Amino acid sequence: MTAPPDDCLARNEWICGEYLSTRRQILLDAVVQHLQLTALSVLIALVIAVPLAVLARRWGWAAGPVLALTTILYTIPSLAMFSLLLPVYGLSASLVVAGLVLYSLTLLVRNILAGLRAVPEDTRQAARGMGYGPVRLLLAVELPLALPAAMAGLRIATVSAVSLVTVGAIVGFGGLGNLIYAGMNTYFKAQVLTASVLCVVIAVAADMLLLGVQRLLTPWERASGAARP
Amino acid sequence: MKTLGDAWAWLADSAHWAGDDGIWHRLTQHLVLTVVCLLISCMIALPVALVLGHLGKGGALAVNISNVGRAVPTFAVLVLLLLTPLGKWGDGPTVVALVLFAVPPLLTNAYVGMRGVDRGVVQAARGMGMTGRQMLWRVELPLALPLVLSGVRIAAVQLVATATIAALAGGGGLGRIITAGFNLASTPQVVAGAVLVAVFALLVEGVFEVAERVAPRWARGRGSAG
Repeated sequence: MTAPPDDCLARNEWICGEYLSTRRQILLDAVVQHLQLTALSVLIALVIAVPLAVLARRWGWAAGPVLALTTILYTIPSLAMFSLLLPVYGLSASLVVAGLVLYSLTLLVRNILAGLRAVPEDTRQAARGMGYGPVRLLLAVELPLALPAAMAGLRIATVSAVSLVTVGAIVGFGGLGNLIYAGMNTYFKAQVLTASVLCVVIAVAADMLLLGVQRLLTPWERASGAARP
Repeated sequence: MKTLGDAWAWLADSAHWAGDDGIWHRLTQHLVLTVVCLLISCMIALPVALVLGHLGKGGALAVNISNVGRAVPTFAVLVLLLLTPLGKWGDGPTVVALVLFAVPPLLTNAYVGMRGVDRGVVQAARGMGMTGRQMLWRVELPLALPLVLSGVRIAAVQLVATATIAALAGGGGLGRIITAGFNLASTPQVVAGAVLVAVFALLVEGVFEVAERVAPRWARGRGSAG
């Protein structure tokens, strides 16, 4: 009989190097799942949000319903949202992605629309005077000028999505949330703390990355601060 | 559609409304939890934001706290607190986690509102010989009120929505109906619980909307207050 190991895992300490080395693969898998869920849902939301915002800008009457609908979607609690979609998607990763898409949509549509609306009328008329058609006006003038506001929305949506993914643990697809959930039930301190910290690290890293992308895409904005919703 | 019918049948069953696991009890828990957390958050965030806004200091701090707040998953905070000695203290972890969650939007909105007050007005007040305290109470706060209140509204609705997460960690509230439904593999109950929470959240949003409509003109949104 060997004596039970006296390490920080056995003592159930908050910070434990032993945990990091023995569970590296589990942590890595959780981080990958977390990143996949976040990235996929934000990308899908972006693909839906841009046309919606452009349509709402083109036809004034569409703006009200679009904004109202997305706001109502945002008010529904995440746990409830996942549950409401349960009959449609079952217990799957798509359930979490669908829920997150609906959340990100609000932030993105709002910000892109605000950005498009903020394009000065003079600028649009100047472009028209130079012979720009509606499509070229949108692609070459309006969307680039709406970019700072859109990126601000994208950053908020991404950071929120990273933290909301954890709630997906209820259906078993919560990335690091799975580890937090499991750690809660087994009173495993090191696992809960490590997973929580990793969540925050991912959120901050994603935010920094998007900030960098924003700076690269909008060199003319450097002097002033980023637009806020 | 069948699921919605089943959920409706679940809701219509009066047995599900009574008792300690019943809807009325969970609804009350949810309401109390939200109101308590909102009051504590306001007591913490608003004085700090008003004073910082009056002094014109700490703007970066107010905005950064808000951004960091968004990055920290409430669920993770809740579980972390649950595993500390605080966890033995009933709803303690839930209240602390929700307060931490509600403080950032309150702080940022109130600070931005205070800084948004026309500098000319503030200088006129100073010229009239008002003290700092008088300026804060009689000039800046009334003018900043619409934004301060919109922060309270955002915090309240988000609290209602987020309080559901308490159920994941064994707490009370409407979320409990959902998690219990998951454990029983009862989709009708899960959907019924979700509908209840969603309706409750929308109701709170609606109450604030109505309150804003009937409020005196100076307390309304930016557009009308000017």
